[in-house]
Amino acid sequence: MAVSRVVILGAGHGGFQLAASLRQGGFDGEVVLVGDEDALPYQRPPLSKDYLSGKVGLDLVLMRPAAFYREHRIDYRAGRRAVALDRARRQVRLADGASLAYDHLVLATGARNRVPPLAGIALDGVCYLRNLAETDALRARLAAARSIVVIGAGFIGLEFAAVARAMGKPVHIVELADRVMGRVVCAETSAYFAAAHRAAGVEFSFSMQAAEIAGAGGRVGHVALADGTRLAADLVVVSVGVVPNTELAADSGLAVANGIVVDERLLTADPAISAIGDCAAFPCRHADGRPTRLEAVQNATDHARCVADRLLGKPHPYEALPWFWSEQGDLRLQIAGLTAGHDRVVLRGNPESGQFSAFCYAGGRLLGIESINRPAEHAFARRLLAAGRSVAPEEAADERFDLRAAAMARPG
Amino acid sequence: MPRVTYIAHDGKHTELDVPVGTSVMQAAVLHGIDGIVAECGGSCMCATCHVYVREDQLGLCPEMEVGEDAMLDGTASPRRANSRLSCQLVVSPQMDGLVVTMPETQT
Repeated sequence: MAVSRVVILGAGHGGFQLAASLRQGGFDGEVVLVGDEDALPYQRPPLSKDYLSGKVGLDLVLMRPAAFYREHRIDYRAGRRAVALDRARRQVRLADGASLAYDHLVLATGARNRVPPLAGIALDGVCYLRNLAETDALRARLAAARSIVVIGAGFIGLEFAAVARAMGKPVHIVELADRVMGRVVCAETSAYFAAAHRAAGVEFSFSMQAAEIAGAGGRVGHVALADGTRLAADLVVVSVGVVPNTELAADSGLAVANGIVVDERLLTADPAISAIGDCAAFPCRHADGRPTRLEAVQNATDHARCVADRLLGKPHPYEALPWFWSEQGDLRLQIAGLTAGHDRVVLRGNPESGQFSAFCYAGGRLLGIESINRPAEHAFARRLLAAGRSVAPEEAADERFDLRAAAMARPG
Repeated sequence: MPRVTYIAHDGKHTELDVPVGTSVMQAAVLHGIDGIVAECGGSCMCATCHVYVREDQLGLCPEMEVGEDAMLDGTASPRRANSRLSCQLVVSPQMDGLVVTMPETQT
């Protein structure tokens, strides 16, 4: 049966892109895009950077203006939350009691903040930085904050810290691991970023657990650490990762294992349901086919295009190269490929110069490249890795070696 | 306000008055112009806001930095001598009358 009504749950980067790609590809059926926030679909990356700092307003953060949805016949339903799937009848039930019928359903439900089970976590002054409402609340408090504690030294925590330091606010970051961004970058890159943040005035407590958040009158006043230290804080930002939104899938009997399980076409076991973006665990070609769940704009939008192609009758397996970026003050980190599991790191360029790339190898094979303030090398890295090519460690380390030529060479 | 003309791959012309300091990409996205994707939101990170600038106007545009140059090597449509990433084309008064043509595809 031809698909004539596509319902997309989640209006983040993946959901929006799928709707846009379906129309761009000439899909003539109904496209219903369901979002649980009130705003038009917006871009998340600027929230922790230029939007938080006030450099850009909401109009420049929106994916597209309202007219786009009318002109492209995208039925955007704002402020609606799906609460259950009826797979047998191919219907989604919404929190307001309404039901939506679908021929094909795409779960683009994303992820939500992980909330650590800490005493005082609900105190006024404990903030998060993932969606627009949270960012608006944080932005209002940031202006008045006098001492800030950040729990978690990942991308979000560090991006926030850079903005807060630029405003002259004291920032102390508490991190359970022994280094920053430990889940996503090599030790060399970690060390460089930690030193740069320290130089900008950020204080760190590594290998340290926050024990409780406390304060008087329902307001946060300090964070107590596991070693008994008390850090004064009138603003606490919790950035300890996310949990994928998989409940709808699990409750309807679909497989969930650190994400909604999909095949290489991004289809669940139900041929009428796909899953994309942060909520999907897919067999990743760039991780030897291992089930992989990524939290990234690239991943969400490339997933969306892959599913759009399938719904438009041009199916193909998902093979896109993962890439990521983070901007922390003057530092631009760009990562091509998945570097987890590396056993050797080769630096190209000297970190002391403020720009270098870290080539990460496992068993002599190039897994990925982390570039710091070297956007050209990142561009070449993406090309190189997407084509399945490599460079030897000694070539990577040799700045005279022509990386561009290696990246642009014809496949084969 | 400087005026910028966007020519879609199918030939459709759209003229926009773009405030000084706004990028050619931002103005296009704000007005829902198809043909500029701008996946990374203007961070010079994704090469999906590729445009061709009218040749005689290249000199009016901000100089190309090394990062943009490299990203242009990875565009989905062919790179030409007049290729630019529109997120890097921050509009100045001298760019009034700029004409950019969008490529066949950005992804």
